[in-house]
Amino acid sequence: MSQTKEAFAKATALDTEIAVSTRNICKNYGAVEALKNLSLDFPRGQLTSLLGPSGCGKTTLLKIIAGLLEPTSGEVEVNGRLVTGPGPNRAFVFQDFALLPWASVMRNVAFGLELRGVAKSEREAIAERYIREVGLAGFEKSFPHELSGGMRQRVGLARALSVDAKVLLLDEPFSAVDEQTRRKFQEDMLNLVAHENKTFIFVTHSIEEAVFISDQIAILLPRPSRVSEIIRPTGFRNRDMGNIRRDPEYLDIVDQIWASLRSYVE
Amino acid sequence: MKIGNYQLPNMSSLLLWGLLWEIIGRSGMTFFVPPLSEVVMTLFSVIGTPAFIKALSETAYAFFAGVFFAIAIGVPIGVLMGKSRLIDELLLPWVNMFLSAPLTALVPVLMVLFGFGMKSIIITTTLFAIWIIILNTRAGVKQINRSLIEMARSFGATARDAFFKIYIWAALPEILNGVRIGVIRAVKGVIIGQLLISIVGFGALFELYSANFLMAHFWAVLIVLFAMAFAVSELLAYLERRVSYYASTR
Repeated sequence: MSQTKEAFAKATALDTEIAVSTRNICKNYGAVEALKNLSLDFPRGQLTSLLGPSGCGKTTLLKIIAGLLEPTSGEVEVNGRLVTGPGPNRAFVFQDFALLPWASVMRNVAFGLELRGVAKSEREAIAERYIREVGLAGFEKSFPHELSGGMRQRVGLARALSVDAKVLLLDEPFSAVDEQTRRKFQEDMLNLVAHENKTFIFVTHSIEEAVFISDQIAILLPRPSRVSEIIRPTGFRNRDMGNIRRDPEYLDIVDQIWASLRSYVE
Repeated sequence: MKIGNYQLPNMSSLLLWGLLWEIIGRSGMTFFVPPLSEVVMTLFSVIGTPAFIKALSETAYAFFAGVFFAIAIGVPIGVLMGKSRLIDELLLPWVNMFLSAPLTALVPVLMVLFGFGMKSIIITTTLFAIWIIILNTRAGVKQINRSLIEMARSFGATARDAFFKIYIWAALPEILNGVRIGVIRAVKGVIIGQLLISIVGFGALFELYSANFLMAHFWAVLIVLFAMAFAVSELLAYLERRVSYYASTR
């Protein structure tokens, strides 16, 4: 009895460490190798960025983790279970928001729950809570075309949060919003990581953004795509948000990443 | 149209044509064209007669049944063609061929296959309407934003959910446009069916009136038919405008 208990404790201890892991992922499009032998671990409760020049396969990797694309070889594990397709333990936030233009904010946010067969009153109660949480209270009845880009992505974020998936996959979520909204988003993201017990996988091509919000940054390089480096900013992570951007470590890491990426940017 | 600074209401040019019709009718140039006033009088006397009500209900039944099948079959086929490359390549040549084919020539074949009754008329109506509905639905589905479909998949949508909650709605502006053109074609189909297959409905009235040289009656029924086709088409155009706001943001 005590033995099983101990084994169980060990297993959960190990389990809390890595939420998502990809092993030897290869993805070929015909003769083109989009991803080659990519292995990467994503610690639970943290935000990992996939950063790299365009065409380095970061979105491809994210969609493989989501189960939207099938790898040519290799496997993905989420909470110790093999991924064979999309599943309720992951939620996706899309670069272009992917909102239903014919549906209100309320229905859009509740849409993930609607697809899972949650009753209308229940899913609207949940959606309402997350609409408030992302700061869109009062816009429940609005339609996407009446909202700004930043507000639309808040809807996308609320939709992903409301299905209560343990892993959130974000595909360049802030690239289509303006710079100021983007900064606000990044700060909100830090709060979200701190308060929601979720694992975030975040694709971006902005070095500053990655360093600002990430617990772990995986630098992906193209031709053939691979993980070249993993960086864990630690020094400024627990400090006040307002001071991160002038923290020496922040600036050093940004410089260092740019130095390793610049030769790949034409 | 404008006269001076005064904006005339839409289609007021019809007044001019109506006047011309009246003049030609009164001049007695040809018995084919009775004066418009006489036609209108006949129209009101014909509407409400049992023969007219019977013709109207027969035609309406065939028309709505035909359109119903054209939509119920055409939209799913169009969605499948838009989704699947294979199905698209299998069916597209046929759809294009039937769209431009002189379908009237097929009506005798339908009579052999399905008899001389209402069934053949409905099938004729469906055949006239369905192809443009398929093509437009296909076009609508083809331009759906890929990430909407990925979104639905990532949240666990079944094929049925995706069809009813994404494809139909995302392609709705194009589908409605196809249905509108399909409905106009269905009017053609139902009248041709009623003239060629079995002489019922408005087809029977046309036959009866023209054979007996009741030209005022003939024109009156034709005007009623035009007006109804126009009304249905305008209703659909209105719905189309209501949903077109999101066509650009899908």
